[in-house]
Amino acid sequence: MTADERLLGSASAIAAVVTAGRVSATAMTEAALARIARLDPGLGAFTDVTAARARATAAAIDADRDAGRPLGALAGVPFAVKNLFDVEGLPTRAGSKINRERAPASRDATLVARLEAAGAVLVGALNMGEWAYDFTGENAHDGPSRNPHDPTRMAGGSSGGCGTALAAGMVPLALGSDTNGSIRVPSSFCGVFGLKPTYGRLSRAGTFPFVSSLDHLGPFARSVADLALAFDAMQGDDRADPHLARRRPLATSTTLGGGLTGLRFGVLGDHFARNGHREAFAAVAKVAEALGRPPTVFLPEAARARAAAYVITAAEGAALHLERLRTRAGDFDPDTRDRFLAGATVPAAWVIRAQTFRRWFAEAAERLFDTVDVVIAPSTPCVAPVSGTKRLVLDGVDLPLRPNIGVYTQPISFVGLPVVAVPVWLPGAGLPIGVQIIARPWAEDVALRVAAALEAMGTVAAPVAAEEGT
Amino acid sequence: MTEPAFDAESHVRAMTASLGLTVEPAWMPEVVAHLAAIRAAAQLVERFALADEAEPAPIFEAGR
Repeated sequence: MTADERLLGSASAIAAVVTAGRVSATAMTEAALARIARLDPGLGAFTDVTAARARATAAAIDADRDAGRPLGALAGVPFAVKNLFDVEGLPTRAGSKINRERAPASRDATLVARLEAAGAVLVGALNMGEWAYDFTGENAHDGPSRNPHDPTRMAGGSSGGCGTALAAGMVPLALGSDTNGSIRVPSSFCGVFGLKPTYGRLSRAGTFPFVSSLDHLGPFARSVADLALAFDAMQGDDRADPHLARRRPLATSTTLGGGLTGLRFGVLGDHFARNGHREAFAAVAKVAEALGRPPTVFLPEAARARAAAYVITAAEGAALHLERLRTRAGDFDPDTRDRFLAGATVPAAWVIRAQTFRRWFAEAAERLFDTVDVVIAPSTPCVAPVSGTKRLVLDGVDLPLRPNIGVYTQPISFVGLPVVAVPVWLPGAGLPIGVQIIARPWAEDVALRVAAALEAMGTVAAPVAAEEGT
Repeated sequence: MTEPAFDAESHVRAMTASLGLTVEPAWMPEVVAHLAAIRAAAQLVERFALADEAEPAPIFEAGR
């Protein structure tokens, strides 16, 4: 098998053959760089390709192997990160025009450093919606990240480049962020796996923020085992991040094969069974069938939770950007500028009330997990819309598209529950759609184990998109 | 609960002036529409009865 062919497989398989000396890290890196050069001009996943750095990293891994030194669990695996992660030598643009004027980062984000310490090879930074205030993957400055399964359609956002790069086979692993759904939405639209860990689990040090109360970081991959490998490599305390919870690292790779036995499941009803297209509910039904047709369960006040997340996002995001809004409003993407300006005017009482409701809702979620271990819900209300679409009809109501793509993701991240977004392909469908596998706080191992079982049964899968004309 | 009349555009004009923000005339309709959406979300939250003793979610941990 050539390095080009291996690039379309899993990170775990690449690391295994690099460690065994059957292919070099340099060959894997060159394969990734060549595929990016060939496909990215038509897809818009990358904003920076760090070729020289990648070649140097790969050469060091090959030298370690030649010298008989042990290699990491991700040896030789090419990966890329949403461009809100600090990458030494690059300005951290966070999808914006304004941040391009920042000084280049003096060091890598903690999670980038941890993946490289495990042997992964950073090959570049990925396109995203400006300031992460986005569900579409569109960007006024860099152009859209396109959906490899149909380039006329959205990749989803705001981690759009992550979804594009994974589904196009440019890299087998990427890192993104998720404040209200920005890992789970592109996972759904592009048909890949995504992990949004528990709030407070992974260090945010060295990343450009959006909403401190709600920001999460996590991996994208084309297999559940790869999500687990990356997650395991990235955990751990970090004095540079005061938001981080003091938790012992959780080994998830070793429990992936545990199967479904002994777990109690539920299908989220009410809010999560309305407001969507047929495909969203058919995907949930397909996963539910594989889980043994579990009962419908309820997470009360989910619509209100979404509303509260909406208020906090608008106000905290605007506070972050207030000075830039004063002096550089004309340099914002108009789609984020107008939302931030509105958010800047939000009365404090609205935000504090939303944060108080958040506590109530977290307790409601805790009660739900008294009776079940895992619940499922759609990731998005629809398959990837055509790029540029502005409106979405849900349950017969014509709504603005951008905020409503997150209708099912937003209540879940609002209280920080861990989620594995799994890609479902319905019979005859040309486009994928995602389902959220949701566990209680700190139980990423359980969500990953269920996702791995679904993958083993063939219920969910993340194939690389066929290239146009093939 | 009494919900007062809300003039989103007047609110935007007053608050942005106080904050030193400029809203170009062409941006105003979108900004007002976004504030109206945030206000609707805030009202939905406000209508939910919470005890005076209810704690907000963020907890500051001293020494962290």
